[in-house]
Amino acid sequence: MSMSHNKIPVTVAEVVTLNPLIKRFRFVRRDGASLPAFSGGAHVVVEMDDHGTRRMNPYSLMSAPSDTTGYEISVRRDDVGRGGSLYLHQHVKVGDDLVISAPVNLFGLDLQAKKHLMLAGGIGITPFIAQMALLSAMAGRFELHYAARNPGLAAYADDLRARYGDRVQLYYDDQDQKIALAPLLAGQPLGTHLYVCGPKGMIDWVRRTATDMGWPQQCVHYEEFLAPPTGKPFQVELAASQKTITVGPDQSLLEAIEAAGVDAPYLCRGGACGQCETDVVSCDGHIQHHDHWLSDEEKATGHKIMPCVSRFEGRSLVLDR
Amino acid sequence: MGLDFNQETFRNDFTFRNSPKAIRRFPFPFHEDGYMYSVNLEPHVPGPKGSVFEHTFDVDEHYVAEMRDRALVLAEDPLRCQSLPHMTLAGWDLLELIMTSKARDYPHWFELHKQGDKWHWINKPLEIEQKFTFGDETTLPYGPMEYITRQTQGDFSLQDHRDDNLWMDAGMITTQADWSLDFDVGMSFHEWHAPVPLAHEKGIFDRALKFLLNLQLGAPVRRFNWTMTVDPLLDTSPETYPQWGPTRASLTPETIGKRMHLRVELQTLIRLPRSNAIAFPIRCYLIKFDELVTVPKWGRRLHRVIRDLPEELAVYKGFARNRPMMLDYLAQYDDGTPTSPGIWPD
Ligand code: HEM
Ligand code: FES
Repeated sequence: MSMSHNKIPVTVAEVVTLNPLIKRFRFVRRDGASLPAFSGGAHVVVEMDDHGTRRMNPYSLMSAPSDTTGYEISVRRDDVGRGGSLYLHQHVKVGDDLVISAPVNLFGLDLQAKKHLMLAGGIGITPFIAQMALLSAMAGRFELHYAARNPGLAAYADDLRARYGDRVQLYYDDQDQKIALAPLLAGQPLGTHLYVCGPKGMIDWVRRTATDMGWPQQCVHYEEFLAPPTGKPFQVELAASQKTITVGPDQSLLEAIEAAGVDAPYLCRGGACGQCETDVVSCDGHIQHHDHWLSDEEKATGHKIMPCVSRFEGRSLVLDR
Repeated sequence: MGLDFNQETFRNDFTFRNSPKAIRRFPFPFHEDGYMYSVNLEPHVPGPKGSVFEHTFDVDEHYVAEMRDRALVLAEDPLRCQSLPHMTLAGWDLLELIMTSKARDYPHWFELHKQGDKWHWINKPLEIEQKFTFGDETTLPYGPMEYITRQTQGDFSLQDHRDDNLWMDAGMITTQADWSLDFDVGMSFHEWHAPVPLAHEKGIFDRALKFLLNLQLGAPVRRFNWTMTVDPLLDTSPETYPQWGPTRASLTPETIGKRMHLRVELQTLIRLPRSNAIAFPIRCYLIKFDELVTVPKWGRRLHRVIRDLPEELAVYKGFARNRPMMLDYLAQYDDGTPTSPGIWPD
């Protein structure tokens, strides 16, 4: 019952430099057919051959969900990370062929909500752009609060203001503007759902404040993709396929498993979906759990690992894969 | 059209029957000589030509008669079709999926012409032609889910995906094996499965839900379910139980071959694009015992399955009291020789 990975061959149709850090890419199907419609908040995994290393990074779709002629993503350059975004920025140009996954949504709108209150930080704006397009087509009620470092880096701020007027509120760090979260949450009508996407600090702050103010858990939605962290290289034994692999410093365990020709399940590649969950056969050392999937108790027992983001340090690790 | 579709009824005089061709392609659900609940899911990929798996939605000789039966059920009880307000988008997803699949797979029967969001749908077997605006409910005579499922064989439920669960928030349910949409609507995956025996303890629903929450766009899966029905009734609902329940006591050894039917549900699970909901088409196929035993492998195997089935399942499926009579009938077709693997006739 393995997940069949549904891949879509695409060509880059457009690359737009929005500001020094952010580029937008538009993909169309290589065979000219239409892409599937998608749901606001969905992402695709983009596959890249980064000079011999296969990178697969998730990016939220930001084009209108009903536009089946192309998909758009925005990529923030990450100079210290392990590539992927840097590769897209420096090497990918119009006319290039890439492979993307079918859209997956781990950050869907709750369509029962009476109102959608959206909080975006920086590049976390992208899923909301698609969601707002959908909601405005359905006459849904929404409000966006968008925080960025400065106006120059607030990609899409002007567009969104022009399209949605004061349903969009902007906040700039270097002008000392900050979302007044407690009063904002206190003033919401019954049945409001809260969505947050942005840096980890912002997500934690919003979730904590909402919880403290008594917001029910099912009304608070967040999306945080972890880039697989880098770390020291380590060895892993794959018991089922009888292979021993070495995970490089800027490679994820999942990437190393794939590079060894072993088929492993995944969806988000960001520690969120649970699909890559793998049983640990034996472990002499310390698993560095980085995912949002396993419970604290599961992490403590060390019987499971999420290879898309987690790493290992120690003498030996054997996985059932 | 007349040649393609049977003139038949699923009530009163019960003239329903399968042609020899329909018998050969019947989706016999047992791949071995026994049965127990399992997470029996496989990719819903196109199967052999002419089989019920050939297309996303199978349209067969019973199409027109089944749609007439559905209209009769709905006229008596409109609550068989319900859609909570937030499910309209999923209804459009379903309408798009069915119209595009049928127009692609059966171009001689169905046509779909699109100019942006101006759509033109032609359904020749049912003599329907409709111009409408995709996404605008006011341009259709019913909501999108009801509109398209009045023209599509099988029941449909639509599950909203939220809070790490699936919620049965819409459906068109008129050909069900004794469960009620009006009762289940708004329930979550474990709630609507509560009456099923043994499967909870085996962890089947926990694993199935986990799998479904990760179901991907463009990668649908399918499974079989089955039960027994006396007389070819599509609508065996709790609401109409007083009409059909007692008939189970009127079976005799003389009538069992003609009146007892194996009822197979081909269930598919399909992620919908715009709403991120999951569609669950439940397509019901009926076959009389007399028709079924014309395939020797099936007669042998069904005898063994029914003989060895745990009592809890026979009770839940509603044929415990008729089991001895069914076994007497089926034993005549089981000579004890081995059966070949797989579901298809030899
Ligand atoms: C979202 C999709 C699904 C829906 C809407 C659904 C709905 C239902 C309903 C309404 C029943 C009847 C319960 C009653 O007696 O009232 C049922 C029975 C059952 N379901 Fe599901 N189901 C779904 C998916 C699944 C999956 C994926 C599995 C297993 C892998 C499964 C396994 C079963 C089993 C074993 C029964 C008992 C059937 C029998 O013995 O007749 N279901 N389901
Ligand atoms: S692939 Fe999603 S958690 Fe690892």
